[in-house]
Amino acid sequence: MQAHPPVGSAIVSDTVPAQRPIRRWNREALHAYVFMSPAILGILIFTLGPVIASLFLSFTEYNIITDPQWVGLANYTELFQERLFWQAFRVSAIYSVVSVPLNLGFALGLAVLLNHKMRGMMIFRSVYYLPTVISGVGVAMLWRWLFNSEFGLINVLLAKVGISGPAWLLDEQWALSALIITSMWSVGGTTLIFLAGLQGIPQELYEAAEIDGAGRWSQFRSITLPLLSNVTFFNLVLGIIGALQVFTDAFVITRGGPNQATLFLAVYLYQHAFLYLNMGYASAIAWFMFLLVMVLTLLVFKSSPLWVFYESERKGN
Amino acid sequence: MASQVSTLPFWRTRRGQERMITAAIFTTLCVGGAVVLLPFFWMLSTALKPAEQVYLSPPVWVPIPPQFINFWTALTRVPFYLYAFNTSIIVVFVMIGTLLSCSFAAYGFARLKAPGKDLIFMLVLGTLMLPGAVTLVPTYLMFNSFGWVNTFLPLIVPSFFGSAFNIFLLRQFYQTLPVELEDAAKIDGANPYRIWWSIMLPLSQPVLATVAVFTFVSTYNDFFTPLIYLSDESKYTIAVALSFFQGSPRIGPQMHLLMAAVTVSLLPPLILFIGAQRFFVRGIVMSGIKG
Repeated sequence: MQAHPPVGSAIVSDTVPAQRPIRRWNREALHAYVFMSPAILGILIFTLGPVIASLFLSFTEYNIITDPQWVGLANYTELFQERLFWQAFRVSAIYSVVSVPLNLGFALGLAVLLNHKMRGMMIFRSVYYLPTVISGVGVAMLWRWLFNSEFGLINVLLAKVGISGPAWLLDEQWALSALIITSMWSVGGTTLIFLAGLQGIPQELYEAAEIDGAGRWSQFRSITLPLLSNVTFFNLVLGIIGALQVFTDAFVITRGGPNQATLFLAVYLYQHAFLYLNMGYASAIAWFMFLLVMVLTLLVFKSSPLWVFYESERKGN
Repeated sequence: MASQVSTLPFWRTRRGQERMITAAIFTTLCVGGAVVLLPFFWMLSTALKPAEQVYLSPPVWVPIPPQFINFWTALTRVPFYLYAFNTSIIVVFVMIGTLLSCSFAAYGFARLKAPGKDLIFMLVLGTLMLPGAVTLVPTYLMFNSFGWVNTFLPLIVPSFFGSAFNIFLLRQFYQTLPVELEDAAKIDGANPYRIWWSIMLPLSQPVLATVAVFTFVSTYNDFFTPLIYLSDESKYTIAVALSFFQGSPRIGPQMHLLMAAVTVSLLPPLILFIGAQRFFVRGIVMSGIKG
């Protein structure tokens, strides 16, 4: 990014007329656009175009076979009157509100432990990261089996300590909790991002704090947390976006059931788009999700000056 | 000083405290690690059981003798080789597309100057925050109008148009390379494309490997995209085929066969992870610190 007058251009500008550097610059810009072209085309074809198209479609009724019919706001009014939509919204909201903070907290705690200097730590880090690499359908099916009410490992273990476990996936009250527990299992990805952040904190700060007599807890609160807040911010934003889009687990483990107890917004969208071919209605759901993510991300961004601590502030002080 | 320290009991000394903390951390991590690994143990245990031992209470923890034949049964009752072949084709082409397009674009973002470049880069990063749902329906309709539904093209072609995270990762790396390397090539008359191909690509092999392993894992584990685009059973990827095993009379209710199939399906990412750990770690460190 820094300006880099190349050695080559210095030589050239010695020997050619004055307007030459401008042409060279133009050519560099041309090359730059060629290089950026996959990304530019990608954004136009796979992001900007579809975002606008889905906004348009959300005002139409469209079943792929006949042409889209303009229906104005009908999809949205229908959406807001539909009981199942509010159920999907509720499920996604509860899941996000519970699983995102839980995951962040767990990940941070685990990262602090994994940052301790100890032999064999690499093995622990690998073990905790494993569920992030090995994910998807296979693991979802494994969880389905683990949560089996009678023969699944979880209830078998609960029985060992004298607890009679719930029916989990068959129980409306417990199915969503089961999916939250599943999400906790792959906390390792977030953990390692925190860990990378922890390792970027200069060790001298802790040494100085120790000389001043600060205990571990106050070191954690006044050094680790503030200096890690930008990583927390990053993880929080990605966590919210991820949580609002959960699909595979809900689709494979519970199929949205029982009795819509795990009907996530993404599952609801999938049903309307690809089972009932309500492309217009599905687009309205998609735009609702989009706006929801935007509002939440904006809130996090707006609130960030209150709790995110930037490097420049430290240098300024 | 020395006498004062020695009068303290061991757990009050500094070294003693360090030791105790390490022991506590070690114990916590062991318990947590067991929780992480236990599901895998349960999976393997189920996969090796004869049918009559699966639904028993109390459970059989270690089936003796293990029924290795379950793997064979699970893999031959359905055309698993076909699913593996389909998955390989998709994964290989997506990796090629991602590596080429992302490193190509990243070089432009890292090294060349053009008006609006920073804005474009911000847009690229902005796509990371966009929920996939909002582009889903029109993208599907577009591929449908091309007649590409039920082919691998909707899964492969987008990878040739770059992806934000990988472009970001590669750009960060290119910016750390000394400019002098390119200047020498420029004096020799090399154009930017040549510089990218013969200088930047070879130098960025470690980062390319990182991008490659992440791309492999995410493509291999992807469920939603193949689910909506592939409808012929003969075109299924492993992920999609697995999800249909649940309800399939051939494998479905037989949990031991299902878990055998799941075990096999988890092997490729597991082997990659064990073999290429440092590339995973590098990717996380780079994204974490700069993110």
